[in-house]
Amino acid sequence: MTFLKHAFGACAVTVMVAGAAMAQNTVRVAYDADPVSLDPHEQLSGGTLQLSHMVFDPLVRWTQDLQFEPRLAESWEQIDETTMRFNLRDGVKFHSGNEMTSADVKWTFDRLKESPDFKGIFSLFTAVNIVDEDTFDLVTSEPYPLVLHTATYIFPMDSAFYTGQTEDGKDKAELVKHGDSFASRNVSGTGPYVVSEREQGVKVVFDRFGDYWDSESPGNVDQIVLTPIKEDPTRVAALLAGDVDFIAPVPPTDLARVDENEGTTLITMPGTRIITFQMNQDRVEAFKDARVRQAIDYAVNNAGIVERIMRGFGTVGAQASPDGYLGYNPALTPRFDLEKAKALMAEAGYADGFSITMMAPNNRYVNDDKIAQAVASMLSKINIKVDLQTMPKAQYWPKFDERAADMMMIGWHSDTEDSANFHQFLSACPDEATGNGQYNSGAYCNAEADKLMNMANAETDQAKRAEMLQQMEAILYEDAAFIPLHWQNLAWGAKAGVGADKIVNALNFPYFGDLVVE
Amino acid sequence: MLAYLVKRLFQAIAVMLVISLVGFAIQDNLGDPLRELVGQSVSEEVRQQLRDELGLNDSFFTQYIRFLGNALQGDLGTSYFFKEPALDVILKKLPATLELVLGATIIIVGLSVPLGVYTAIKPNTILSKIIMGLSIVGISIPVFLTAILMIYVFSVGYGWFPAYGRGDVVHVFGYWNTNFASWDGLTHIFLPSIALASIMLPLFIRLIRAEMMEVLQSEYVKYARAKGINPRRIYFLHALKNTLLPVITVGGVQIGTMVAYTILTETVFQWPGMGFMFLEAVNRVDTPLIVAYLIVVGFIFVVTNTIVDLIYGLVNPTVNLARMGA
Repeated sequence: MTFLKHAFGACAVTVMVAGAAMAQNTVRVAYDADPVSLDPHEQLSGGTLQLSHMVFDPLVRWTQDLQFEPRLAESWEQIDETTMRFNLRDGVKFHSGNEMTSADVKWTFDRLKESPDFKGIFSLFTAVNIVDEDTFDLVTSEPYPLVLHTATYIFPMDSAFYTGQTEDGKDKAELVKHGDSFASRNVSGTGPYVVSEREQGVKVVFDRFGDYWDSESPGNVDQIVLTPIKEDPTRVAALLAGDVDFIAPVPPTDLARVDENEGTTLITMPGTRIITFQMNQDRVEAFKDARVRQAIDYAVNNAGIVERIMRGFGTVGAQASPDGYLGYNPALTPRFDLEKAKALMAEAGYADGFSITMMAPNNRYVNDDKIAQAVASMLSKINIKVDLQTMPKAQYWPKFDERAADMMMIGWHSDTEDSANFHQFLSACPDEATGNGQYNSGAYCNAEADKLMNMANAETDQAKRAEMLQQMEAILYEDAAFIPLHWQNLAWGAKAGVGADKIVNALNFPYFGDLVVE
Repeated sequence: MLAYLVKRLFQAIAVMLVISLVGFAIQDNLGDPLRELVGQSVSEEVRQQLRDELGLNDSFFTQYIRFLGNALQGDLGTSYFFKEPALDVILKKLPATLELVLGATIIIVGLSVPLGVYTAIKPNTILSKIIMGLSIVGISIPVFLTAILMIYVFSVGYGWFPAYGRGDVVHVFGYWNTNFASWDGLTHIFLPSIALASIMLPLFIRLIRAEMMEVLQSEYVKYARAKGINPRRIYFLHALKNTLLPVITVGGVQIGTMVAYTILTETVFQWPGMGFMFLEAVNRVDTPLIVAYLIVVGFIFVVTNTIVDLIYGLVNPTVNLARMGA
C-alpha cells in the first residue's frame, strides 16, 4: 500500500512538473550521440564543441557566412607580428557566480596546452599574458594567420570553480581522458545554459542561465532536453510524431519526408567535410604515375555518386577546400570522362589494367560503403579490378594506420576551418617529426605543395594567403594527389515554429542560446 | 538439493571464466578503443602514450591475469565511455531491461495460453487458422522490422504511443525506476514490449498448441471424457496442467534468449537498458564494458536455468535433483 501511495505521489509530482514545464519554452533535441564528457577539453569532437557552445562561450565564434563574431572578446588588435591583444566583455558571470577575467582565460589556455586532443591546435601558441583584468595578449611563436580561427576554441572556464581538491583528494582541474574526474561531471561556464541534470547516454537537461551576459540575444528557450537517439529511423519518427522538436542529423533517405511533412521543416546546408579516396604509391607502382591517378579521377563519376547514392545530399567536389575557405579555387571543376580516362591509362602503359585492394568504413560517413562499391565498379570500366572490403570504423582506423589497402577512403573536416589543414593531414609529405601527412595513406609527396602550405601558414596577409592556398589546391588537382568525391551536406529537422534556421551553421554547432521559439 | 546447488555454483563460475576468456580473446578484433577516445588529429605519439597508460600494450596474458585479479575483488574494469565501474553501469541499466522483459513476458503468458489452448481445441475454425497464420508471420519478421513498422504506424501515423525512450519513470529504490507506475511510463513500455514479445509469442502459441493436442489424445483425457466430466474442466484443469510442463522448461531458457533479443528492441526504441548499452559499447570498442556485459548475461543464463530446474523438480516429482547433483 505504501508503495502504491509513493507511486501515486510520484505521478502527481510528475504531472505538476510537466505542468510547470508547459508554461515555459522547452525544446527537446535529439542528436545521434550525447556529449562524451562535460569537460570541454577531454575530446576534440563535434559533440564536445556543440556542448561547449551551450554551456560556455568562446572568445569569438563563426557566423553563418563564416565570418568572426565577437563573443567574450569584445575587440582585438594585432600589436606586433606575434601578439594579438584581446579586450574582454565587462560583467560576464560564470554559472557559479564568479566574475570572468583575464586570469580565467590564461588558466583555460594553459589547460588546453595540456590536453592531448587540443594541444595540436595550439602548438604555435606560446602564452596568454595578462595585461589587466579585462585585457590579455595571445602570443604565438611565429607570425600566424589563424589566431582568430584558433580563438574560437578558447571557451574560458571558471578557474576558481575548477581549483582545489575534491572530497576524495583529487585535483579539480585534472584532465582525465579515460576515467572519472571532477571536470567530467561538473561544469561552470559563462554560456546560455546550465547543465541541471545528466544521465549519460539517456539525456541531458539544460536550463537557461539567469545571469547570462548576452541580454541582446533573441533566444527565448528556457529549457533544452537533449536525448541521444542513435537509430536514424527512430530519430526521424520521434520528430514526425512530435516527441522531439529538433533533430540532427537527418539521414538522406528521410530528407523528403521531413521536408514534406506538415508541421516539420528541413534545414540543409553544404558542409565542410570532404570525402576522398587515397591511392597508395608505396603499395602500387602504377599509382606513382600521375597519369594513372588522373585516369582514376576521370573514371570516377562523383556527380553521379552525389545524385544517385547521396540523393543530391552533397556538394560535388574537385578539391579539399569547400567554397568559403580561403584556399577554395573556383577554377577547379570535377572531372569525369571515361574516354579520357582510358586514354590516360593506355598512355601510361596500363591499357590492360591491374588489380588493387580497397578498404572503406561502413558506419563512419554517410553511405560510405555504398560509395566505395560505386567507385569500385566505376574503376572496373578502366580495367582496374578492385577487391573491396568494408568494415566498421572501429576496425577500419587501425587498418588505415597500417595502410592496409591500395586505396583507402577518408573524410576530413578542417579543425581550423582553413585550407592548409586538409593538406597538412591528408596530402603533405609524411613526416613523423612534424606530424605532417598523418592521414596520407597514399604517401603522395610534392615538395612544392608543402612549401606553399608552410608559406601560407606564416603569411598574415589574407589576400596573399588565399593566392598561395589556391595555388596549392591547383597543384594537388593537377597531380590528382587524391580522388575528391564530395562535401557531405548537413541537415537538421525542426518542428514548425522552432527558429532553427537562424542558429545552425556549416560547422554544425547550433547556437541554442539564440534559438527563438514561437 | 544442496549438493545440486553447490555443483551449479561451480558450473556458473566455470562458465563465467570461459566467457571472460572468450570476451578477452575477441577484444583485439573489435578495433582500437583509442580511436573512440581521442580526436582525429591527435598524433600517434600521444595515442601510444595513452595506450601505455591504459595497459593496452601489455601482452594478452598480462592483461587477462590483471583482469582476473581485479575481478576476484569484484572489479570488472572501468568503462572507457561512462568512466564508471563497468558493473555499476550495467546494474544501472539492468532494471530497464528487466522491465522490458517483464512487459513482454506478461504479454506472452497472457496471450499464448488462451490462444494456444483455443487453437488446440478447435483446430479447424477460421479463427484458429488466422491465429496460426499470423504466428508464422510473427516468427518470420525480424524484431527490428516489427519495431520500426509499429513506430511508423502507431507513433507517427496515429500518434497513440511515443516513439522512443522510457518517458516519466517512477523511482522505486536504488537504481530501479519503474515504467509500471505511471500512465506515461506504461504508454512508453507498450510498443517495445510487443516488439520483444513478437518473436516469442508465436513460438509459445505453437508449443502450447502442439503439447495440448498431444495431451488431448492421451488415455486419461479420453477416460475423463468417457466419464462425462465437464469439457472445460478437462481442458483447463487436467490437460493444461500437463501441457505446461515442457512449456516451463522451454520458457525458462527463452527468458535468457529474450535478454539477447533486447539488444535489437532497445536499439530501435532507444530504450536505455543494457542491450542498447551493449551495442553502443561494441561500436565504441568499450572493451571493459563488453566483457562485463558478457559475464553478467552469462550469469543471468546460469541463474534462470537453475531456477527452471528447481521449478521443474517441484512440478514434476519424477525428476530427482539430488541425483542430478550427485
